[in-house]
Amino acid sequence: MSQEQPKKVRSEFIYFAWRNVKLRIGVSILLAFVLFSIIGPFLAKHDPLEYVGPMGAPPSREYWFGTTTFGQDVFSQFAHGTRSTLLVGLLGGSIGTLVGILVGLIAGYRGGLVDEFLNMITNIILIIPTLAVLIIIAAYLSVRGIFMQSVFIGLTAWPWAARAIRAQTFSLRVREFVDLARMTGRSSLRIVFTEIAPNMMSYLLLVFILQFGGAVLNAATLDFIGLGPTKGTSLGLIMNNAVLWAALQLGQWWWLLPPGAAIAAIVGALYITNVGLDEIFNPKLREM
Amino acid sequence: MLSLERVTKTYRLGAFGLQKLIAVRDVSFEIGERQIVSLIGESGSGKSTIGKLILRLIPITSGKICFEGTDISTLNGQSLKEYYRRVQGVFQDPFASFNPIFKADRIFRMVHDEFYPEMGAREWTEKVEATLRAVGLNPPDVLNKFPHQLSGGQLQRFLVARALLLDIHLLIADEIISMLDASTRVDVLNLLADLKARGLSILFITHDLSLGYYISERAIILYRGRIVEMGPTDKVYNRPLHPYTEMLMEAVPRLDRKWEKEIRVEREGGLAGSEGNGCVYASRCPQAMDICTQEEPDLREAEAGHFVACWAR
Amino acid sequence: MLQVENLTVYYKTIRGYVQALEKATFTIADGEIMGLAGESGCGKTTLGHSLIHLRPPMNYIEGRVVLDGREVPVWDMEQMQEFRYRHISLIPQYAMNALNPTRKIGKMIAELLESRGVNFDEVLPELKRRLDLVQLSHDVLKMYPIELSGGMKQRTVMVVSTLLNPSLLIADEITSALDVSTQKAVCEMLVEFRDQGFVKSTIIITHDISILYQIADSILVMYAGQLSEKAPTETIFQDPRHPYTKMLIGSLPKVGVRHQEERLLGIPGSPPRLLNPPAGCRFRERCPVAFDRCVEVPPFLEISPGHSVACWRAY
Repeated sequence: MSQEQPKKVRSEFIYFAWRNVKLRIGVSILLAFVLFSIIGPFLAKHDPLEYVGPMGAPPSREYWFGTTTFGQDVFSQFAHGTRSTLLVGLLGGSIGTLVGILVGLIAGYRGGLVDEFLNMITNIILIIPTLAVLIIIAAYLSVRGIFMQSVFIGLTAWPWAARAIRAQTFSLRVREFVDLARMTGRSSLRIVFTEIAPNMMSYLLLVFILQFGGAVLNAATLDFIGLGPTKGTSLGLIMNNAVLWAALQLGQWWWLLPPGAAIAAIVGALYITNVGLDEIFNPKLREM
Repeated sequence: MLSLERVTKTYRLGAFGLQKLIAVRDVSFEIGERQIVSLIGESGSGKSTIGKLILRLIPITSGKICFEGTDISTLNGQSLKEYYRRVQGVFQDPFASFNPIFKADRIFRMVHDEFYPEMGAREWTEKVEATLRAVGLNPPDVLNKFPHQLSGGQLQRFLVARALLLDIHLLIADEIISMLDASTRVDVLNLLADLKARGLSILFITHDLSLGYYISERAIILYRGRIVEMGPTDKVYNRPLHPYTEMLMEAVPRLDRKWEKEIRVEREGGLAGSEGNGCVYASRCPQAMDICTQEEPDLREAEAGHFVACWAR
Repeated sequence: MLQVENLTVYYKTIRGYVQALEKATFTIADGEIMGLAGESGCGKTTLGHSLIHLRPPMNYIEGRVVLDGREVPVWDMEQMQEFRYRHISLIPQYAMNALNPTRKIGKMIAELLESRGVNFDEVLPELKRRLDLVQLSHDVLKMYPIELSGGMKQRTVMVVSTLLNPSLLIADEITSALDVSTQKAVCEMLVEFRDQGFVKSTIIITHDISILYQIADSILVMYAGQLSEKAPTETIFQDPRHPYTKMLIGSLPKVGVRHQEERLLGIPGSPPRLLNPPAGCRFRERCPVAFDRCVEVPPFLEISPGHSVACWRAY
C-alpha cells in the first residue's frame, strides 16, 4: 500500500487544485489569453499599423473592434498587442525571478560578508523608485524594443523576490538534511541547488507569477506614458495612442476599452491564480 | 583518537554583535578507541554545539579539536572529505534529516557520488543492502521510498547505515532517540552498542540520564557550556560529586525509585552563558560559598578518572 | 468522577475516516490522577481533546461521557461552552508558548474570567493564594509572558486553568519542553492541586512513562486507537497483563541497567495505519502471543478491581 504513496500525494495535489475555484478561474483566463495571443494575429486580417479602413469607425463585421482615428484596425492591434504584452510579462518576469532566486539563495546560504554585500545591493535597488529609473532609461534609448523593455523591467523588479527567498533559505539551511549533505563533502553551490532550491519550488512558482504580473503592469505603465517600444505594438501602447488622440472625449470607447480590460484581466487572473496556488501549497489555507 | 582542548564557542548577538553568548566554554575531553562517551546536559548546556563543532558544521571560536593528531580546523577540500570518511553524525530529528521531496535512499547515492564514484552500480547496491541488514533493516522494505513512508526508527537506522557505508571511526549521535517511540528506542540504542563491538567510538549526546547509563562507559555532565563533572559512568551516577549532578540524579524521573515528596521550585538561573566570574551553577547551588561567586572552579581529578569542577569538593 | 463509555472519535480525511479512538470505556474516580500513555499516534491526545473540544476534522461517532453524574454533550460545540474551563479544563501542549505576548498576565486572566462570566476581583484573593502556593510572586500578574521563564509560565498556566476548581483537568504533555528540575516541580504541583481539592480528577497525557511512575495513581495504556490496559500504577509496572504493556515497560532503560549486563528488547514492527485498520486487536501483528481469537476485538474487561485489560490471553 505504501508503494503507491507518491502517486497519492500527487493526486492529492491535483484533487485540491481542481477543487480550488480561484485557481480554476485564474488559469482559465490566462489560458484563454495565451491561446488568443497565439492564434489572434492569424485571425487579424490587417496589418496593425497600416491605415486600412474608415477613420474612427465603431465595431463592425469588417473591423471587429472598430478602427482608430487614423483608420487602423483595433482588433489587429489588440491581437498583436496581447502577444507582445504576454511576451514582456514572460521575459521580464523570468529575468526578475532568476536574478531574485540567484541573489536570494546565495545571500541566504553563504551569510556573512557575501550576504551583507548582496543585501546592500538589494536594498539600494529596492529603495530606488523603479518607475523613475525605467523612465530615465527609456527616455535615453532612442530605439526601444520589447526585448530591451523586458530586460530593464526584469532587472529592477527582483529585490523583493531576493529578500523573500533569502529569508526562506535562511530557515532551510539550518535543517539537518543540509548538514548531512555538508558532511558528505558537497560543495556549497551544489547544496544550494540540489538541496535547498527544490524545497522552495512551490514558493518560486508563486514568485514567478507575481513577477509576471508586475512586469505586465510595469510595461503597460511605461507604454501608457509614451516610453514603450518605438516600433511594434502592445496593449499599453494602444491605450497610450487612444488617450493621446482623445478617444475618450470623442466617444471612441472601442479603442480604449479592449486593451484596458485585457491588462486588468491578465493581471487580475495572475493574482487570483497566485492566491489559489497559495491555498493549495499551504495546507492550512485549504478548505475542507 | 579525538581530543578537545579548551574548546570555546561564542555567538555574537544584537545590533553590531555587541552582546556575546557563550555556548561552550573551555571544554576539554577525549574519546578513546572503542568507547561510548555520553555527553549529558539539559537544553542550553551546549551539548549539541559540541557535536556540531566536532563535525565542523560551525566554526570554532577558540581552542583546538584534534582527530588522530590533526587539528580539524586546518582541513579543507579533499582532507575535509577524508575526515568525513572517518567521522560522521546522526541528529535528533530523523524527519528533518531527509530532504522531504526526495526518496530516502538518495542519501546513499550522495555518499556514492562523493566517496565511491568509481564503484559500479551492482557492487554498490550489494554494499548498501549489506549495510542496511547490518543495522537491522530489510532492504526491500525500506529502499525506494519517501521519508514520510518510513518510521522514525527506520529513518534513524538509515542514517546510521549511511555513516557505516563510509569507513567511520567515530560517530556523533546527537539525541538520536529522543524523538523515537519508547518501543523502538531501545533497538536503536542496542544498535549503537553493537557498533562499538565492531570497533567504533561513539559520542552519545543526550538529555536522558537513563539512556546514558545503559550504553556508555564514560559520562560527561555539562551545565551552561561548562563541563561540571566527568568520569566513569557508574561513578558519576552512583557517587555524583557536583551539586548539579546530584540535583539531576534526584530530579530526573526514574523507574527504579520515586521522588521524595516535597515541592521544591528550583531557583532558575539567568541567561545561558551570561558573563560572570564565578561558578556557572553558583546562583542555583544550595551549597554555594563566597568563593563560588568570585572565582570559577577548575576541573580537578577527585578520584581516579573522576573529575569535578566544584569548590566544595 | 468521570465515566466514559464507548467513546469513538474518527478524523475525517479525503480518503476516509482515520479511526483514532475506538470504543473507549473507562472511569476516573474523584481524586484520581490517571496517566494516559502510548506511542505517538495512538490516540491519546484525541481522547484528551475529545472530552472538551471536539472540533473538525474530529468527528464524534458514538459513546457518552458522564461527569459527576451529568451527561457531557461532547458532540455539541455550543453546549460544551458551559463545561469548558468551568468543569473540564485542558492545558494543551505548548500552552505556555501560546500566551498572548501583548497582554499582561493579570489582564489576560481577567479577560478569560470575564468571558466565562466570572468577576476577576472576586477571584483575585484566591488567585493570589494559589500563586503563593506554587511559589510565584504576585508581580507575575503585572508582567508580560516574555518576562517569565518556561517553568514560571507553565506554573502560571496551571494556576489559571484550575482557578475555578474544575472537576476534570486534562494536562497534555505539559512537562515535555521543560528541564528536569522544573519538570519535577510542575509534576508535584499536579499532585498538590489534587490534594488541595482544586481539581477532582486529572488526566496526564505524556509519552514519558517514568513521569507517570512518579505521580500517577493509575495508568491507561493505549495502542493504535484502542485501550489496552488500565490499572493502578504499581500494577502496570509489577503485573502488566497486556502483551503490549509488558513489552513497553520492558523496553524502558532504567538507571542501573547496562546493555552488557541486561540487553533490553524493543517491540519489532510498527503500529498499523488507522485509516482502514485491520479488524480485531490492533496489536495482533506485533504480538508474540497472538492466536486465532485475536481477529475479534477483545473487550476491555475488568479482571480484578481497578484493573481492566483488552486481551484474549488475559481473561
